[in-house]
Amino acid sequence: MTALFDYLLGLGDDALVAAQRTAEWCARAPQLEEEVALANVALDQLGQARAFLTYAADLEGAGRDEDALAFLRDEHEFRNVQLVELPNGDFATTVAKTLLLAAYQNLLYTRLAQVAEPRLAGIAAKAAKESAFHVSYASVWTVRLGDGTPLSHRRMRDAVEEVWPYTHELFEPWAAPEAGLDPAALRGPWLEVVGRVLGEATLTRPPDGWAATGGRAGRHTEWFGPLLAEMQYVHRAHVGARW
Amino acid sequence: MSISAFDALIAADQKIEHQDQMPDGYRESLIRQIAQHAHSEIMGMQPEAAWIGRAPSLARKAVLIAKVQDEAGHGLYLYAVAETLGARREDLLDALHEGRQKYLSFINYPTLTWADVGALAWLTDGAAVVNQVSLCRTSYGPYARALVRICREESFHHRQGFDLLLALSRGTPEQRRELQEAVERWWWPALAMFGPADSRSTHSASSMAWRIKRASNDELRQRFVDLCVPQAEALGVRLPDPALRWNAERGHHDFTPPDYDELMRVVAGDGPRNRQRLAHRRRAHEEGAWVREAAAAHAAKQAARQSAATGALEDTAQEALAQEIDAVEEEWPLWEVFVRPRRGLGHTHAGSLRAPDAAVALHSARDLYTRREEGVSLWVVPSRSMTSSDPDLKDAYFAPAADKQYRHASSFPPPEGVEGL
Ligand SMILES: [Fe+2]
Ligand SMILES: [Fe+2]
Repeated sequence: MTALFDYLLGLGDDALVAAQRTAEWCARAPQLEEEVALANVALDQLGQARAFLTYAADLEGAGRDEDALAFLRDEHEFRNVQLVELPNGDFATTVAKTLLLAAYQNLLYTRLAQVAEPRLAGIAAKAAKESAFHVSYASVWTVRLGDGTPLSHRRMRDAVEEVWPYTHELFEPWAAPEAGLDPAALRGPWLEVVGRVLGEATLTRPPDGWAATGGRAGRHTEWFGPLLAEMQYVHRAHVGARW
Repeated sequence: MSISAFDALIAADQKIEHQDQMPDGYRESLIRQIAQHAHSEIMGMQPEAAWIGRAPSLARKAVLIAKVQDEAGHGLYLYAVAETLGARREDLLDALHEGRQKYLSFINYPTLTWADVGALAWLTDGAAVVNQVSLCRTSYGPYARALVRICREESFHHRQGFDLLLALSRGTPEQRRELQEAVERWWWPALAMFGPADSRSTHSASSMAWRIKRASNDELRQRFVDLCVPQAEALGVRLPDPALRWNAERGHHDFTPPDYDELMRVVAGDGPRNRQRLAHRRRAHEEGAWVREAAAAHAAKQAARQSAATGALEDTAQEALAQEIDAVEEEWPLWEVFVRPRRGLGHTHAGSLRAPDAAVALHSARDLYTRREEGVSLWVVPSRSMTSSDPDLKDAYFAPAADKQYRHASSFPPPEGVEGL
């Protein structure tokens, strides 16, 4: 398959798995207002996933659709980074994951909105606006938890430290010619955005040590299988059914 | 405004607004009903949220997230209405968590298959639409306005549920079996949503007299059954009531009423899932406490920094600040939200929410009040900063304008044939 197909899978899978995780907060958020906010983030992520996966399926032209790609691929066929598979943990961990992912997505989408390939640019332009709000939402909470009580400060610090090793994968070489973009070039601006928020939250950027890798090549964490099992089982239990 | 003025307004089918004087019983009935309604919205998220992760298509997953999200929003709109009557959300949630206030009984039944997600929405959101369309004419203004918004969203819930079931009805034998079984499970809990029979209902009569409720439990239940029968036919499902048949004389369907003893038992806490649902809700609330405290602490720090930046404070101002910080820590303050629906229009009041500070209030307002393209600009204002005209001086303020018709151009009709006036 083409590099663009693979690239679209990566973009779509990042968004899909992130949506699946974010939506796990439904009916258990720390405050009713956050129920509504987290569901909005999940819906944006899911919408992005559907747009990228539908594009990938059309490009492939093999009769698959977004659902075939989401529900009928096995673990090793998914191209998402491991960051989005991590369990939600407490609210601080979810905020950290959301901030670190959305800051990257926003930079990426903003650049992809400029590419010559019109369908990719169109999806990215819409997604860039959504991710900008996610950055804003997650920043607000990073700051409130980081600069809140001693307990929340500790939890926010631990969360950023726990998630940090999974962010390196975002900047590994991975692109399609149509995207014309080296992800490594995004890390500088990403560190600037993230560093500003962490600073305001009275937190420091964790040191770069062990770095997770392999998601783009289909190697995932031990948490990913159970996530797919839950997501896919009804669809797979009814072979060929329409919903 | 006196109580006789209240009675006159009710008799004239006018709305009561939150600063009007009202009988204690009216206020208590309203708070009880609105709290129970709000609790039902947020407790009702659970049986459906359980299926978001397993939704068998991405399109259905998106719809289900949006629906469960709406229910959280409904809870919020309704708690905000209760606030206008002086009932704090935190206190109402305590009452829910401690089992002192109730929620609708259907929530205590399990959702066993994907078809249950559709059946629950078609039947219980359908019942909610019947109930709430009637309630939109309730006498309490803030409740009526919240219900208009809620009803619009409930009809989306109702229809997407039917649409989900329709897909199953056109599907495999296995899908049709799940459809039939799910409808059998949800029929009786849905009928029970209208409450006890009129002859057994303890609160109905006074609620009707005050026009809080506009139709009786039995009237609404009948309306619901009559609506469901043709829809069930379109789905090709049997409703599980052998006595269900058209009665030409009455112009309605005869049907078996739900088991009211079971209803009472489940409302009182002894249903299949009461314990788990309430425990889940309590756990979410308790596990969120540190987040709410952190946001309050941050707001307090911000306020302290701001006042430090503007110079040393007088003792009284220091004290006021300390009090404010205590208050935020106890419960996030209330904010009023104003939305500009589109360019060229003014901001109008949309409702309220709780937030520790302005930034969080703006984010929440965006998700709560503009998620269906309802706005292009937002204002949030701390509720305590609003100053209102005194309802007791309503006549002194506003009546004198009535006899100055000469202010209106329409008082000066131009003679025929004269233009440009
Ligand atoms: Fe609702
Ligand atoms: Fe609903």
